[in-house]
Amino acid sequence: MNLFTRDQIAERVARDIPDGAYVNLGIGLPTRVANYLPADREVFLQSENGLLGMGPAPARGEEDWDLINAGKQAVTLLEGGCYFHHADSFAMMRGGHLDICVLGAFQVSVRGDLANWHTGDPDAIPAVGGAMDLAIGARRTFVMMDLFTRDGACKLVRTCSYPLTGLACVSRIYTDHGVFDITPQGAVAFDLCEGLTIDHLGAITGLDIVDGQPFHS
Amino acid sequence: MIDKGVESAAAAVADIGDGASVMIGGFGTAGMPDQLIDALILRGVGNLTIINNNAGNGEAGVAALIKAGRVRKIICSFPRQADSHHFDAAYREGRIELELVPQGNLAARIHAAGAGLGAIFTPTGFGTLLAEGKETREIDGRQHVLEYPIHADFALVKADKGDRWGNLVYRKAARNFGPIMAMAARTTIAQVSEIVPLGALDPEAVVTPGIFVQRVVRLDSITLAATT
Repeated sequence: MNLFTRDQIAERVARDIPDGAYVNLGIGLPTRVANYLPADREVFLQSENGLLGMGPAPARGEEDWDLINAGKQAVTLLEGGCYFHHADSFAMMRGGHLDICVLGAFQVSVRGDLANWHTGDPDAIPAVGGAMDLAIGARRTFVMMDLFTRDGACKLVRTCSYPLTGLACVSRIYTDHGVFDITPQGAVAFDLCEGLTIDHLGAITGLDIVDGQPFHS
Repeated sequence: MIDKGVESAAAAVADIGDGASVMIGGFGTAGMPDQLIDALILRGVGNLTIINNNAGNGEAGVAALIKAGRVRKIICSFPRQADSHHFDAAYREGRIELELVPQGNLAARIHAAGAGLGAIFTPTGFGTLLAEGKETREIDGRQHVLEYPIHADFALVKADKGDRWGNLVYRKAARNFGPIMAMAARTTIAQVSEIVPLGALDPEAVVTPGIFVQRVVRLDSITLAATT
């Protein structure tokens, strides 16, 4: 089995982002999607701290620390981009104006419940940021993650054991094993990595996975 | 003549007392009014309730206030960061109370206070730990959580330019919580890098109307990077 690399997953996500979409890429792995947005598409990147039309990182030495992204890294603003305050920024999410957000996850349930902010460890200092607003606010919430933890636990689950970020909010999951759509019929898998079959995927996840390949060939 | 200009950071914060609730603008270091916070530390008051998106970065600003032991409680969305060591230590030692609020609910609750709303119903957080024990209601087929406004005695914000009537414009993403905190506090103190004559700010581009601002103080500052 030839798992997809993180860059391949990012590239796969980017393929599903249409021209003209308003998109928020969560901190961490999802920011990598920006590297693969095709040059012939105009996509508006939103950053929760008050940017629309966010551009790439500036050249070293050109950083302006009043111009940062949600991960507090220096960024730039494209021509036509704009600034706004936090109430407007989260109105864009909650108000259903944002087409897509891409988030990382600890766990996603087959009903689309998302857990990505807290491990529940009593020693951990909890931090939630904008994750709960993004998860339930964007019209479509994509998750980008490895299908298994380093310890071999499947992150696509029947019921999340970690504290939830949002209920029934995830529509599609991009993983190193393939892509899953969350549907009323359950998790529908397609675009599997080389050498992986639906039966094998069902066996390693312990879930009833619906074969979506005929519809995505 | 109305002149909201104040001579110094010390004079601007001179009436912030023990136990005050203080909103502090900024997302990480962008928009953090470090010089006003330094003046607040020098004043020596403590037992403060601080409202900020984070819980301090590095050594300056909110981090310095926590390090000095002046903060009893912090209301924020994202305390845990690579450079939040002063908060982390205070939290683990039980010296600081944390109210964790999803970022959009934080913004909405601050805005609600400024707008005079009694409460809001928000879909964010429904069914999660952060909504436990809170009243919920189904509206138009969607579940919402009842959240109350966050008021404060003072707001310390950093803007780029201001005039003597208190009108403000901000700089890039340093705007973040400044405009809504200015609305929500009883007394808003803005540190600006330049005080300009009346009429110099384009009325079409004023971000915070002067009615929301009580004091303006000119202070030199540069924004430093947060550790990521």
